Amino acid sequence: MSVVAEDKKVKQSYKHVGTRPVRHDGLEKINGKARFAADIIKPRMIHGHVLRSPHAHAKILSIDTTEAEAMPGVKAVVTASDFPLPKKDEGFPHRPKNLIARDKVRYEGQTVAAVAATTRRQAREAAAKIIVNYEELPAVMTIDEAMAEDAPLVHEDLITKGIDPKEAKPSNIAESNFYECGDIDVGFKEADFIFEHEFSTEAFHQGYIEPHACLADTGKDGRSEIWCSSQGHFMVRSATANMLGWETSKIKVIPAEIGGGFGGKTTIYLEPLAVKLSQKADRPVKMVMTRDEVFRATGPTPGTKIHVKIGVKNNGEITAGKAWLAYESGAFPGSWAKLGKWCVFACYNIPNIQIEALEVLVNKPVNIAYRAPSAPMAAFATETVLDQIAKKIKMDPIEIRLLNAVEEGDYNHSEMVGTFQRIGLKETLEAIRNHPNYKIPLGPNQGRGIATGFWFNIAESSSATVNLTEDGKAVVITGSPDIGGSRASMALMAAEELGIDAKLIQPLVGDTEAVGFTDVTEGSRATFATGLAVVKACQKLVVQLKERASIMWECSVDDIDWVDGSAVHKEGKEPSLSLAEITAKAKKTGGPLNATGSLEAKGQGPGFSTQMCDLEVDPETGRVTILRYTTAQDAGTAIHPSYVEGQMQGGVAQGIGWALNEEYIHNKNGMMENPGFLDYRIPVASDMPMIETIIVEVPNPKHPYGVRGVGEVGIVPPLPAVANAIHDAVGIRLRDAPMSPVRVLAALNQENGTNG
Amino acid sequence: MSRIHVECKINGDDAEFLCDADESLLDALRDEVGLTGAKEGCGTGDCGACSIIMNGNLICACLAFAPEAQGGVIETVEGMADEEQLHPLQTAFLEHAALQCGICTPGFLIASKSLLERNPDPTETEVRYAIAGNLCRCTGYDKIVRAVLVAAQEMKQNPMKG
Repeated sequence: MSVVAEDKKVKQSYKHVGTRPVRHDGLEKINGKARFAADIIKPRMIHGHVLRSPHAHAKILSIDTTEAEAMPGVKAVVTASDFPLPKKDEGFPHRPKNLIARDKVRYEGQTVAAVAATTRRQAREAAAKIIVNYEELPAVMTIDEAMAEDAPLVHEDLITKGIDPKEAKPSNIAESNFYECGDIDVGFKEADFIFEHEFSTEAFHQGYIEPHACLADTGKDGRSEIWCSSQGHFMVRSATANMLGWETSKIKVIPAEIGGGFGGKTTIYLEPLAVKLSQKADRPVKMVMTRDEVFRATGPTPGTKIHVKIGVKNNGEITAGKAWLAYESGAFPGSWAKLGKWCVFACYNIPNIQIEALEVLVNKPVNIAYRAPSAPMAAFATETVLDQIAKKIKMDPIEIRLLNAVEEGDYNHSEMVGTFQRIGLKETLEAIRNHPNYKIPLGPNQGRGIATGFWFNIAESSSATVNLTEDGKAVVITGSPDIGGSRASMALMAAEELGIDAKLIQPLVGDTEAVGFTDVTEGSRATFATGLAVVKACQKLVVQLKERASIMWECSVDDIDWVDGSAVHKEGKEPSLSLAEITAKAKKTGGPLNATGSLEAKGQGPGFSTQMCDLEVDPETGRVTILRYTTAQDAGTAIHPSYVEGQMQGGVAQGIGWALNEEYIHNKNGMMENPGFLDYRIPVASDMPMIETIIVEVPNPKHPYGVRGVGEVGIVPPLPAVANAIHDAVGIRLRDAPMSPVRVLAALNQENGTNG
Repeated sequence: MSRIHVECKINGDDAEFLCDADESLLDALRDEVGLTGAKEGCGTGDCGACSIIMNGNLICACLAFAPEAQGGVIETVEGMADEEQLHPLQTAFLEHAALQCGICTPGFLIASKSLLERNPDPTETEVRYAIAGNLCRCTGYDKIVRAVLVAAQEMKQNPMKG
């Protein structure tokens, strides 16, 4: 089902864009031939194994690798002494400190050393012979512990950024962000009702099914080739080079297929270790993480504590919003709190706002992006409080959102947006309200919850090269790893521009030396920004194709139009020339036809999603069953609707996992107690219903096809949608996620509904 | 330590490999035989990415020891399509966009094949429970379940294709 914006001026009809061809890389992926990072082998290859910290927080007193180096099959051992800290900061100054522990280990699972040996078993056994003397230190595992007076310090010299004048004493608060507009006191005075509550979320892992893996082959010429799975191989190149102190151009990264990332593969973990081990051993070195390592050493999204206060008038108009947000960043500073600050009130026009957002260090793995990073936790607070308000003033939950919703011309204080261009928040709200599911009657212990979400999306740099073949096909090479169908969307946009069938397009992901620089696939940017690069290259090719036709016809290029993949003489003096007929004669008209498109993209346009959850609570066990789920998201224009739906559905399923099951569980010493998929339980097929998926299309005016990113915002509403539905079902307000059966049952056992 | 010689049938062909006594069948298939279609997502039998059929039973190859394959008959995703055509499940997965990143896809295809061999006309709920041992983080399972149901219908109408 599709909802098209009323603004017909920007909605065009396309021949290829919006169709659903079989994806170009599909065949390899259904017959087992696609090569993911762990599938790659090289002659003479040996295997690397990482020795990881057994403590959440400890001083490293000494490391002795002598015995390990003498073990059978061992070819190389590396420790922090092989990785002097880089002089140049490539934007992530903490990465080289995180990737191998130096003075201290700051979380369980942090890399301490690595071994390469002939077999995996030998490498594993040798790593166990590395003797590390630790002096254990007390760990801080929660925001409260980290912010307590005299808390143990994750970094002894860290002074909070963003506070003027500077704090005198170091603390675990890495950064304080503040934003204010209007007058918060006046805003609350104007309110008829004020609601104020505190929320918390545990750390969640991205949970991609493919563990991190890479293979590095370092030559005697000081160059290295890396095969790996990542969300951006140019990032792998620069980050690895930086950590090694090498020139970037000494490293070539060949992208393998990526088995899921969701933000978790926007950084590196193994690559510098593999390159260094390979250099020392003079052999290709392959490293593959176990699932246990993935949980303990990579990933998670910040645990949070968020306090929100919202004032409204009797008619539902929001007068003031105040938020205090604390985001864990793991053992090194990140910028998650800032993103939360940008998102917490972004869906609504609120004249008076005050936000404080803190970045808090804890002894957990360094947080990395996870699908609309920081937005779901902020929405959990705002959207739950809004639901309370709607119930209090007896207003429909969609009406109150429509009343306050942002639209074109409204201001957004995130640095990524400013004044909104055409956006589709109201359209997503209306799509849910108009859907038959909104009216389905509910039974006992069943409830319905509504929530909406915002994500700003990003654009960044992208490159594409398009080569036309002698037989009239187009090879489209981009620098964006295909994480969930982007080859298909690149092919469709190229097909639309060139006017040939998508089957005649071969979309490829080029290595770091085969295509121009391209930023990481993140921020829902690939189809938008890399798509722009493809469109640009194809438009150049159409100019070339017309020129070639003018040579063949000996006429002026001004007399030629490009129509449906053919040169057409405006006055009909010649029969039309197809793209294939022109490329077949390319040698006689000036040589091969190809073009590149590169740009620093702008105007990505934010995404909005409104979702409705119907569920049933078992009052005896606290188990929540999702009965129906309806999601409406503004895609701008859906290039390949099936993969847009896939992104929307995937975001919903992950959000339901956060809401009901998933969480990092640590013991009192900071050891993760559930580092496997049995105990860190992501949703399985029998947990989920079919997901009613409504693509709303309010074209983005800054993209030739109206694209806006669709990958992330779908994960923003599920936490509050589930919480609101649980309240609707059994009258309890849950403000701590996950809303696992234990928590549901505990809340049910308290007085029913008195806290709602 | 001398290695163990194992002979078996894989995807209809005679196969043999050497393995350690405690090597997983998954490692043997991937490293010794060179069939990398089955993936290791967890190594503990929780994700199903290494699903294969051995002697007619759906198993996680990461939980079987390689020497257990001696004399056995193994089917992996690489053997699903015959020379002429794709298996209806493979076709349905492609046509219904039932994969995003594709890492879990071989496991889902094998688990679904095993289901349809046991139960050619499953309900949606039966499909969901039959593939509940296979984790997919990308799709939310919607399109996978639809594809399996479509393939079941297709195989009922054209029994030769299965």
